[in-house]
Amino acid sequence: MSFALRPTRSLYAHLTTSNFVQCRTIKKEHTLKSGGWERVIPAFRSVCGEDGVSLGEAVREQHGRDESVHRCRPPDVVVWPRSVEEVSALAKICHHHHLPIIPFGTGTGLEGGVGALKGGVCFSLRNMDRVLDLHQEDFDVSVEPGVTRKGLNSYLRDTGLWFPVDPGADASLCGMAATSASGTNAVRYGTMRENVLNLEVVLADGSIIHTAGRGRRPRKTSAGYNLTNLFVGSEGTLGVITKTTLRLYGVPEAMVSAVCTFPSVQAAVDSTVQVLQTGVPIARIEFLDDVMIDACNRFNLLSYPVAPTLFLEFHGTEKSLEEQVTVTEEITQANGGSDFSWARDAETRGRLWKARHDAWYAALALRPGCKAYSTDVCVPLSRLPQIIVETKEDLMLNRLTGPIAGHVGDGNFHCIMVMDPNDQDEVIRVHEFTERLARRALALDGTCTGEHGVGLGKRALLREEMGPLAIEVMQGLKTTLDPKNLMNPGKVL
Amino acid sequence: ENTKIRVKPDHSGVVTDGVKHSMNPFCEIAVEEAVKLKEKKLIKEVVAVSCGPTQVTETIRTALAMGCDRGIHVEVSGKDYEAMGPLQISKIFAALAKKEEASLIILGKQAIDDDCNQTGQMTAALLDWPQGTFASEVTIDGEKVKVVREIDGGLETIKISMPAVLTADLRLNTPRYATLPNIMKAKKKKIANMKPADLGVDMVSRVEVLRVDEPPTRLAGVKVETVDDLVAKLRANGTI
Repeated sequence: MSFALRPTRSLYAHLTTSNFVQCRTIKKEHTLKSGGWERVIPAFRSVCGEDGVSLGEAVREQHGRDESVHRCRPPDVVVWPRSVEEVSALAKICHHHHLPIIPFGTGTGLEGGVGALKGGVCFSLRNMDRVLDLHQEDFDVSVEPGVTRKGLNSYLRDTGLWFPVDPGADASLCGMAATSASGTNAVRYGTMRENVLNLEVVLADGSIIHTAGRGRRPRKTSAGYNLTNLFVGSEGTLGVITKTTLRLYGVPEAMVSAVCTFPSVQAAVDSTVQVLQTGVPIARIEFLDDVMIDACNRFNLLSYPVAPTLFLEFHGTEKSLEEQVTVTEEITQANGGSDFSWARDAETRGRLWKARHDAWYAALALRPGCKAYSTDVCVPLSRLPQIIVETKEDLMLNRLTGPIAGHVGDGNFHCIMVMDPNDQDEVIRVHEFTERLARRALALDGTCTGEHGVGLGKRALLREEMGPLAIEVMQGLKTTLDPKNLMNPGKVL
Repeated sequence: ENTKIRVKPDHSGVVTDGVKHSMNPFCEIAVEEAVKLKEKKLIKEVVAVSCGPTQVTETIRTALAMGCDRGIHVEVSGKDYEAMGPLQISKIFAALAKKEEASLIILGKQAIDDDCNQTGQMTAALLDWPQGTFASEVTIDGEKVKVVREIDGGLETIKISMPAVLTADLRLNTPRYATLPNIMKAKKKKIANMKPADLGVDMVSRVEVLRVDEPPTRLAGVKVETVDDLVAKLRANGTI
C-alpha cells in the first residue's frame, strides 16, 4: 500500500514557551451570533436548573484544562446535567444551535482532551455520581460518570471485588472508558478495552444508545458490531458516555512486592520478557531507569542502588505466590539481577510502591521551576530492549532530562521530559525528541500512545500509525455519528 | 461514597431508607487490630458484635470475612433503634462482655454518623475497666496492654491492665479487604441473635432529639471595586 507523503507537521507547534503560562485573559469565542446565547442559556437552565449552568470565568477556565501541558481553552459555558435525560435534552439544544459539546469527567487527562478549541458547551458530568446495579455473583457493576476508580473500589470493599485498572489519577471511570485508559496492572487485568461490557452513550443529536443493548452484561458476546469498543477510546468525539458497565475481579488473597536491581537496561528488560514468556501471571512489572531511581531516592529519601530497576508485584493464594516468586527470581538472577527487596504487608508494600507512584513529582523535583511532559509509546515486548536502549542514547546525545518509568510488562514506557518552558532551544529539542521516539515506536510495530490517548497533540502521529485508508474509515464513522462535528471538535482525527 | 445526606421533611432526622450502609471506618480498623492480635496468637477468639435491625448482620458478615470467629447480633429496630445512642450500646456491650468473659473490647473511636465518641468510654465506666482510647498503637505484654494514644499535644503512651476497653484511631492500621474465599467461608460462621432485654438492658433514651436541620446554604459573596468600598462594607456590617 503506498500513500502520498505528507509534509512533516511539527506535532507540538502549540507547545510554545508562552503557552505554558496559564491563561489569564480569556477571549470569549462566540460560536453564536450575540442574540443566540440569550435563547440558549435560559434553555440550558430550564433543563439543569439555575445552579446547573455557569458562565463564570473561573469556572470556565477550570473546565478548559486538564493535567497536560496544553494551554487552557475554556468553553463558553459549563453545564451540570443530573441524569441521562438531561444530557440528552442539552445535546438536542446544542445540536439545534450548532454548539460544540465537550464532555468533562475529572479533568485528569494528559493529552488536552477537554480543551474547547472552538468554544462551545462543556458538559461537566460530576453530579451524575451513582453506583448502579452491582451484581456480585456476576462480577459486574454499572457506574455513572461522576464515580471515580477509587470511589468505586471504596464502595466495593465489603464485597471482595475490585476494579483493578489504575491510571495515576483518581479518574472518572467513564472518562477512563473514553480514553481507553490503562494502569500499572494491565499486564494481568487488562485495560479499559478488555473491561467495559456496555456503555450508555448520548450522541450529538441527543439520541441515547446502549452499545451492547440496554442492561445487558454477558461476559462475552458475538452479537453485531462491537459498538462498545468503538466508543472506548473515542475521547468524547463520538458521543457523551453517561454510564459504563464494568467487569470486576476478586480481590487477591495475598500480594507480595519486590524490588530488583540490574546491571543494565538490557538485563532488566530481558528479564521482563522472559518472566512473561514463562507464563508467570505477574500483576505488576514496572521499570525505572537509573535517572528515575536517582530522582526517587532524592525525593523520597530512599537509598535504592542507582541502576536500572524493576518493581514487581505478585497476586494470588499464598501457595501460588511462592511458586511465582521462585520462578521469577531464577530468571532475574540469571540476568544478573540483585537479590529481591521484599514487602508482604500492606504498609511495607505501600512504602515500596510510593517510590514508583511519586515518579512524576520526583522527576519535577530534579529541576525546580520546570514543567514535565510524559511520552507514552508502546511496542511489542520483543522490541522493548531495543527501543529503551536507543531512547536512552538519544536522551544523552541531546542533553535532555527524561527519566524513564514504565509498564514494561505491556511494552509501554514513559519518558518524563522535564524542561524549562522559557528555554526555547530546550523546548524544541524536546519536541523533536518526542517525534523521533514516536516514529521509533511506529517503526518497531508499536503505537504512539499506549494509554494516554491522542487528544490534541498526536493527531498527525495517528495518521502515520493508521495509514490513510484506516483514517478514512475512522473519519467516515465520525461523520456518520456526528455529521455536524459538534462532539469535542479538533481531537483525535 | 457520594451519598447526599438529606434531612427528613419532618426534621426528625436524616433519611436512611435506601442509603447504602457499611461498617463504620474506625470500627473496620478495630476489627483489623483484633484479627491481627489473633494472628499473632496473643488472643484466642474474636467476636464481632453489632446492635441494630436485620441489615447489620451484613456488617457482621464482613467482620467475619476479615477474620473474626463468630458474631453476635443484638436486635434493635423501630423506635428503639432511632433513639439508640452510646448509652444504650455501652450497656449492651458491658452486659455482653461479662457474659462472654471477654478480656478486651476493641471498637472504633467514634461512629461517623453521629460523631459522639462516647461508647468506648461509657462501656469502660460501666464495667469499671481501664480504657485506652484514640489508640494508634497497641501492644499486649502479658496481662497488660501498652497503648500509644493520639492526643492534641502529640502521642501519649499508657500501660493498662486487662480486661480493658480500647478505641481505634485512624493510624492504628490499614484494614484488609475481605476476599471472596473469606466471604464464602464467613457464611458458615455462626451469628448468635438476641435482644437487649435478654441482657437485662433497657433501651429507654434519656435524650430527646428536638429538631434536625441542614446547615444554612452559603450566601453568595459580594464583590467590591475598591479598597475603600471594602472598608466601608466591613464597617457597615460591624466586622471592624
